[in-house]
Amino acid sequence: MGFLLVLALAGSACRQDMHDQPRYKPLAGSAFFEDGRASRPLVEGTIPRGYVKTDGHLYTGKVNGRLAETFPFPITRPVLERGRERYDIFCAPCHGRDGYGEGIIVQRGFRRPPSFHTERLRQAPVGHFFDVITNGFGTMYGYASRIRPEDRWAIVAYVRALQLSQNATLSDVPPAERRRLIGGGE
Amino acid sequence: MAQIFHRSTNLIARVSILGAVFIIAAVTWALAALNRSPYVTQVGVAREQPVPFSHKHHVKQLGIDCRYCHTSVEEGRFAGIPPTETCMTCHSQIHATSPMLEPVRESWRTNRPIPWTRVYDLPDFVYFDHSIHVKKGVACVTCHGPVDEMPLVWKASTLHMEWCLECHRQPERYIRPREYVFRTDWAPREDQRELGRRLVREYKIDRPERLTDCSVCHR
Repeated sequence: MGFLLVLALAGSACRQDMHDQPRYKPLAGSAFFEDGRASRPLVEGTIPRGYVKTDGHLYTGKVNGRLAETFPFPITRPVLERGRERYDIFCAPCHGRDGYGEGIIVQRGFRRPPSFHTERLRQAPVGHFFDVITNGFGTMYGYASRIRPEDRWAIVAYVRALQLSQNATLSDVPPAERRRLIGGGE
Repeated sequence: MAQIFHRSTNLIARVSILGAVFIIAAVTWALAALNRSPYVTQVGVAREQPVPFSHKHHVKQLGIDCRYCHTSVEEGRFAGIPPTETCMTCHSQIHATSPMLEPVRESWRTNRPIPWTRVYDLPDFVYFDHSIHVKKGVACVTCHGPVDEMPLVWKASTLHMEWCLECHRQPERYIRPREYVFRTDWAPREDQRELGRRLVREYKIDRPERLTDCSVCHR
């Protein structure tokens, strides 16, 4: 009996060394570094391989210092679908799925953002939306660390689609789709 | 020399030899049961956190997508714990003076991370990647349980190897269409096995013999 107990204890006691190997997992704490983080920030002035940002249009939304009027890459259906998905994740909580600025967080007391369907924002260049997503605006924080640039542009494209949707007439709908719309669709 | 033991003790000796088998079996069973019990696995035990963050409130009541905070789950091994900036995106205005959220504001002021308590900790000799599971139709709730019902998160699965293999042996029983991976309220409208078998083909999920190869997880 005693032998069995020793065996059981030995069996359970030594296993932790393999379970917890002396290496850091992502975002783990560290007693070694002064700020307590194992995940180290980039050394200032360094750029990871493949992350050099030479394309100003793509990364800043500006062309020659002015807000871009065009997208840095062609907008296709997959891009729009990606944009819708990202919009629903990151923007809809405040801006609402329809873009009127009445998302759940606004209903809970966050300052109401302007509707995308005002004349001012319908006329605003696409670079403006990209710049706001990247750097924030008013009470809105920037999303540069959370949404990659390509996805930010996809969101901008989707915002444009939302804007069109709110001012569309039946003649804007392709004939093949029109019947579905009138008939109530599926 | 007189006999120390009476003849009848022979019977006791024989019975105890036989009994030893049962005793060993019982101890083995007890240890195995202990190893699977919440006492060891911590399954179902809500973890205390520096801030009592409620997934139930944020996911179920507010409808915030998992990926709003866990931004790297689709691309990386690690789902990502949100930086304090993510909390402050809303809480700079909402409950901005709540004492409960003081650790968040302190973290924001001092630029020191909030020391969250880890809930799921795989052994270091196991390779695991969130992104591939998400891409192949394994939903968040399939492993993490009904997170949208958890005021404080608890572990919903043992992370034992037998638990991993349960799905690697028959993924068709667990996977769902990719577009519903982040939904907490999804249920199959058709037979799960049929749907699963179709998705296994569509998503090119490997044969169970390959998925249960040692080197898939122990690499």
